[in-house]
Amino acid sequence: MKRRDFIQLAGMGASAAVLAGIPSFGKAIPPERALETIDVAQKKQMADVVLNAARSKGATYTDVRIGRYLNQFIITREDKVENIVNTESYGMGIRVIANGSWGFAATDKLDKDSIAKAAELAVAIAKENSRLLTEPVQLIQQKGYGEVSWKAPIEKNSFEVPIKEKVDLLLGVNDAAIKGGANYINSFLFMVNEQKYFASTDGSYIDQDIHRIWPTFFITKIDATTGKFETRNALSAPMGMGYEYLSARPQDKIKGPTTLYKGRYDMIEDARLGAAQAGEKLKAKSVEAGKYDLILDPSHLWLTIHESVGHPTELDRVLGYEANFAGTSFLTLDKWQSKNFNFGSKMVNLFADKQQVGSLGAVGYDDEGVQCGRWDLVKDGILVNYQAIRDQAHIIGLNASQGCCYADSWSSVQFQRMPNVSLQAGKEKKSIDDLIKNVEKGIYIIGDGSFSIDQQRYNFQFGGQLYYEIKDGKIAGMLKDVAYQANTKEFWNSCVGIADESDFRLGGSFFDGKGQPMQSSAVSHGSSTAHFKGVNVINTSRNIG
Amino acid sequence: MAILTKDEAQALLKKVLSYSKADECEVNISGNDSGNIRYARNAVSTSGNVSQTTLVVSSAYGKKLGTATINEFDDASLEKVVRRAEELAQLAPENPEFVSFLGPQKYAEAITYIPATAAITPKQRTDAVAQSLQVSKDNKQVAAGFLEDNRGFSAMMNSKGLFAYNTSTNVNFSVTVRSADGTGSGYATRGYNDITKLDTKAATEIATQKSMKSVAAKAIEPGKYTVILEPAAAAVLLERILFDLDARQADEGRSSFSKAGGQTRLGEKLMDERVTIYSDPLNPELPSSTWTGDGRPQEKTIWIEKGVVKNFTYSRYWAEKKKVKAIPGPDSFIMEGGTKSLQDLIAGTKKGILVTRLWYIRDVDPQTLLLTGLTRDGTFYIENGKIQYPIKNFRFNESPIIMLNNLEELGKVERTVSVESNNNYLIPPLKIRDFTFTSLSDAI
Repeated sequence: MKRRDFIQLAGMGASAAVLAGIPSFGKAIPPERALETIDVAQKKQMADVVLNAARSKGATYTDVRIGRYLNQFIITREDKVENIVNTESYGMGIRVIANGSWGFAATDKLDKDSIAKAAELAVAIAKENSRLLTEPVQLIQQKGYGEVSWKAPIEKNSFEVPIKEKVDLLLGVNDAAIKGGANYINSFLFMVNEQKYFASTDGSYIDQDIHRIWPTFFITKIDATTGKFETRNALSAPMGMGYEYLSARPQDKIKGPTTLYKGRYDMIEDARLGAAQAGEKLKAKSVEAGKYDLILDPSHLWLTIHESVGHPTELDRVLGYEANFAGTSFLTLDKWQSKNFNFGSKMVNLFADKQQVGSLGAVGYDDEGVQCGRWDLVKDGILVNYQAIRDQAHIIGLNASQGCCYADSWSSVQFQRMPNVSLQAGKEKKSIDDLIKNVEKGIYIIGDGSFSIDQQRYNFQFGGQLYYEIKDGKIAGMLKDVAYQANTKEFWNSCVGIADESDFRLGGSFFDGKGQPMQSSAVSHGSSTAHFKGVNVINTSRNIG
Repeated sequence: MAILTKDEAQALLKKVLSYSKADECEVNISGNDSGNIRYARNAVSTSGNVSQTTLVVSSAYGKKLGTATINEFDDASLEKVVRRAEELAQLAPENPEFVSFLGPQKYAEAITYIPATAAITPKQRTDAVAQSLQVSKDNKQVAAGFLEDNRGFSAMMNSKGLFAYNTSTNVNFSVTVRSADGTGSGYATRGYNDITKLDTKAATEIATQKSMKSVAAKAIEPGKYTVILEPAAAAVLLERILFDLDARQADEGRSSFSKAGGQTRLGEKLMDERVTIYSDPLNPELPSSTWTGDGRPQEKTIWIEKGVVKNFTYSRYWAEKKKVKAIPGPDSFIMEGGTKSLQDLIAGTKKGILVTRLWYIRDVDPQTLLLTGLTRDGTFYIENGKIQYPIKNFRFNESPIIMLNNLEELGKVERTVSVESNNNYLIPPLKIRDFTFTSLSDAI
């Protein structure tokens, strides 16, 4: 689902007709249907029909993805349940190489004749595309794994939790916010289960079961006399977890100006605190523009990592495949080849990890049958690697793909997508308080807000949810109207402190958009709280009429 | 499933309704064949076809609503989907905001379907891309682009006697041309209902010229400048005003159209008096559907007239509560313009900046509709009526409402595509004073 679709869903109380107009949701189903699974033997049989049909029409490589995508959304506001939606999308995507070109076709008719015809269509499209071919596809070798499977290590399948329990939770969250002084609250529970089967002519038959969950809310507080309003969004993270994410224990909480959450989330507590903070924001001091040291919480920093590190290290952007939409990258191949491009300060280590436990991007194998792992992108501040898939690996001298291939649906063609990209925790023992103690004039930013970055990922601007002024090593009160602007390289070179591993937390996005037609992918970014020196802060307050 | 004729759709929907036992039942069906071709590095990278037809049944018992969907159309499947919607309705919590379905309505005949677009073949798509690539290759430039076409139908019927039907086609094309060394970049985008109007060669020539002329951009100081926004750049800012016209958000005190004391800005003059924005589903240059998914007629509606906010958009629930007409949000909009060409606007500018495209637009402050984003793919400095040289890209922080108070001139209206929403609009190039650029970007 695209981010805009979600906003539409969240903002409109989503009528049936609206949902029907959003194809990525798939079909509406009764909730219990989500607990049914499809027999692996049946999927293998279908895959073999396609592999044989494509080969007989002249394909030199074929892969098949049989995908069943289940979503459940629960949408409430104040004391009302606005909508409960259960959807399923089930079908098959077929990708082939013929005459050196890629071809793709997809179908939701899964009888033997229909899938064989779709395979033929994929081959015909590849042959048509080869008319304008300049470089034949070079697919790096990949061994077949035979029949294997992978399951996300969840404790409690969200789809097995009764809907009433989920509705009661959200209404409890809303009640806490309204009692805490909020004028409005919209709250959501969003649950995903991807049941994916992959087979290829390399001899892999891979069955995977992936779960994601995202509880979130938006609080609004209005000052009726001035007509001003402030908002405070949830500090939750979307996670690659089951319903256990919603049972926070004392050890999952970090106390400070607000409670921060590590691995588990207390939604009711966050709503109560959020309502009070939205009121506090209305009276907060408007920031004076200028240079500040920034202490960035992981609930905020994940998005800066995503935009300024995750995207520019995508090899397809570097090579120009995304030039017409998402853009290219300032991290050109010559910078990587030089082995001395200072992406950040010496303490900055950024890594890709497709196996990170609890992350949105964790899978056993990617969508072209490559087993996933971990690798460095920036080591001791120097750019050392990119994110590649099978038809790009040879360009950066790799002898295997890094397993970054993903499609958001059976009906979408897979392509290079961002793995989880994280900032390594500081090696020295250091807490959030230790970082704040070292700041003379600064701002402590919690939660993600407004975000925007250029098409080559140099210039960015970010806002947050909560801003606290730091004066002489101490928190001095709340600020508002804050956004910071920086250049990626200057920003990461201004990193002077990172808290240790005990503070390491994941943030992430359900809706990273890329490609034409646009596809969404879910990805996590971890970090500990970090200190950046002398960053340009602007004041965003304006007046109309 | 092929595109159903009006008679076929009517017969199918009647059959579905005949299975209903609920207090009320409404059925929507839509089918779409979509084709696309994508290219980059001067070669085709992907292309595909997706064909989908979906039938949605909404059944209501009192204020309890259930919805079920299906893509199989035999009698047994149709009956099954109605039963499922009814089961879900009986299980659902009561929705106090449920509004009974609409009765029969009158709709104008839409003019959104062009047979030539519906008949496009994969070869035509490849040929259109080949023409684009020829231009970039002849000029030693590198092109990346995307062409996507759709043909589809939609119909709805309910137990209160409402029936609506429409067919439509459209094609969107965009191309980014860059110099081989990445030091120049240019962009063009086009959208039509009628594919015979699409000239990928001409659009690529514009993008190529911009790419070649944008090499060796100079840095100038950020600050407030007079800008000329080409329609593709203006589109991504103007559409945010239309997206923000929801009456409930304004009444609840949480939009840029809210004000102190629980009041709204409806009826207030908020922008320059030359600003008039309306929607008209029957405009021949920008036709759109004459009804919405909940059966309301889409009629010509003035949103901003001579700078005054004339209408908000309403859900049926909120309109009933406020006892006003439930005007739906538009599918597209038209901003009135003048007679001057883009060249005329440039010729009349003493000092200013020409902006081809704006990118990565995000809200900064919903209270003032403050947005941020960047210029991209061709930004040029104008002095004494002429483009003097290319300049480096800027980040802006600007509210489109404030911007329309600083209007200098409007050019001639043309159809363009929003790179953010993919929606098509009729928009003039806009000359704006004091547009706020807050920092420089090294991006090309």
